[in-house]
Amino acid sequence: MTTHDPTIPPPRRLKPWNAVERGLARVGITGRMLVLIAPLIWLLVFFLVPLAVVFGISLTSKQFGRPPYTPLLTSEEGTVQLTLHLNNYIRLFTDNLYVAAYLSSIRIAAIATIITLLVGYPMAYAIARAPDRWRNILLMLVVLPFFTSFLLRVYALTGFMRGNGVINQFLGLFGIEPIVMMQTDFAVYVGIVYTYLPFMILPLYTTLVKLDVSLFEASADLGARPIHTFLFVTLPLSLPGIIAGSMLVFIPAIGEFVIPSLLGGPETLMIGRVLWDEFFSATNWPRASAVAVAMLLVVVVPIMLLQRAQGAVVEK
Amino acid sequence: MKKSLAIALGAVLAASPAIAQEEPVLNVYNWSDYIAEDTIANFEAETGIKVNYDVYDNNEIVDAKLLAGNSGYDIVVPSGNFLERQIQAGLILELDKSKLTNLGNLDPAVMATAANQDPDNAHAVPYMINTIGLGYNTAKVTEALGPDADLESWDLLFKPEVVEKLAGCGVAVLDSPSEVMGIALHYLGLDPNSESEEDLAAAEALMNSIKPSIRYFHSSQYIDDLGNGEICLALGYSGDIFIAADAAAAAGQGVEVTYLIPKEGAATLFDFLAIPADAPHPENAHAFINYILEPEVVAAITNYVFYANPNLPALEFVDEAVKSNPGIYPPAETIEKAFVMQAHSPDYEEVLTRTWTRIKTGQ
Repeated sequence: MTTHDPTIPPPRRLKPWNAVERGLARVGITGRMLVLIAPLIWLLVFFLVPLAVVFGISLTSKQFGRPPYTPLLTSEEGTVQLTLHLNNYIRLFTDNLYVAAYLSSIRIAAIATIITLLVGYPMAYAIARAPDRWRNILLMLVVLPFFTSFLLRVYALTGFMRGNGVINQFLGLFGIEPIVMMQTDFAVYVGIVYTYLPFMILPLYTTLVKLDVSLFEASADLGARPIHTFLFVTLPLSLPGIIAGSMLVFIPAIGEFVIPSLLGGPETLMIGRVLWDEFFSATNWPRASAVAVAMLLVVVVPIMLLQRAQGAVVEK
Repeated sequence: MKKSLAIALGAVLAASPAIAQEEPVLNVYNWSDYIAEDTIANFEAETGIKVNYDVYDNNEIVDAKLLAGNSGYDIVVPSGNFLERQIQAGLILELDKSKLTNLGNLDPAVMATAANQDPDNAHAVPYMINTIGLGYNTAKVTEALGPDADLESWDLLFKPEVVEKLAGCGVAVLDSPSEVMGIALHYLGLDPNSESEEDLAAAEALMNSIKPSIRYFHSSQYIDDLGNGEICLALGYSGDIFIAADAAAAAGQGVEVTYLIPKEGAATLFDFLAIPADAPHPENAHAFINYILEPEVVAAITNYVFYANPNLPALEFVDEAVKSNPGIYPPAETIEKAFVMQAHSPDYEEVLTRTWTRIKTGQ
């Protein structure tokens, strides 16, 4: 009797992926977890492992050879010895240079972030309120500078600010003496604001464009003047954009190296330059690593505070 | 049968040198503006070796790449004081002199001096000789200091009352602690290679006294700035300042740049052609060094970069204008007063770097 039993489904053809999925499911891994694992592996390979290497080097001592630091682990007659040098970290506190450099970096980054916000907010607002057909073109113009090399753009700024540059030649038309702008903190601010402006405008724009226009109308109907509507309606509602944009400017600006070395003067003390000197001039990789780890902590704390602030805003 | 054996043998014979031979590639890491325009193309045409050419503007970068290892470079061009340490640390390959048939062209006097940094000249070949001196914008400096100013002395930079008159038109100094502090020590009449704390403190005080007049510390920016009148005085490498002078003349904006080896004596640097210990193509690197040692080749480089070379038979191929320029081929009495930088101990290096940061930033 070989009649086909209709209650038994025909054997399903397994595609290779199905087999993989089943295999993974058997050990408890679902597709959703796979999606999460990819960024985790990325983070592990490109962030945590390098950070661990840097942290490891920061606990060694300098020597001249390859590699230019003492080994962390040494094995002698079967016993493995771990040698930790904490003096690199102690030095960060005993030598006033490092604290001064951190503070100066934070100050420069904070001032630059505020200027970027003041410049970027009206631009983002104008783009968000522009007619639909203009918006994409305006956004494109904001992103356009990224099509040239960052280094080239910073160099181009020197053409504007140098003694016989565009600005001074223009001032010269009115008989004004050339102003020294290059190699000053002013030039560094111009460099940071110019370079990071798109990072401020884009998150601000995304928040502002989503704001419900009827709220403004309601505010106006209830008798608020435009300035009040802006201060008490628009500004609070755009706070997540302000925080996101400020973080995107502030954090990379702290560790900035290229802008202060090309535009800044000798007194423009920033941690990126101190790091460069430790690494290259003094060939002290362990201390440079300690400076880098400490810098990460300096940056992580404000990020966490801002994240918390942003979380609170969103919950409201 | 015989024929096929012959073919097989031929294949083996043809294959064996191919196995020993490196791929025809050479990775060169050299200073910016430090070779003639056609040197690399000529070498490629003559040898069939494809050259990948990268440039840098300070010794520290090369040092860091060699220390990290696997830089991938076959030729590097460190200055003597850096080379000395790199040899001690085992970062440089010992030369196979049997492959350097042109080695005899080099000036024995230069080789003897170079042996202070590379014992027995075993690891490296002197490439160019340069001095660190002052480059200035003739018109602006004369205008600022008056017609009777002494334009022959280190006083231009190191005397506060002189240099402050130049601050307005712009003063730049190399961002290189060992070299600048060595020159400062020499100006004070001290040993430029001294590692004593007192001497360093004296040099620091000297640098601090002129610091308010210095616009920036950088090791290549001054080439452009001196050439287009952005600054009027630079402590820099002779060849770089000549390049600035050349660019200024070519631009025709009325900027005239002069290079000065001050009468008190200048720092003399030898830059060496060296092969990293882990170079992937050491054979090709030897071929390149031997090519550079050919008199016509190195003379063409000197004519282009305005640095003197230590190749004796090359002198006849050097342009008369270059040969007779005392800033490039200095007269005997200048050479007598010149001094050579030596490598510092790692401990002193650290103190020096810290002092340098303090001078630059005030911290």
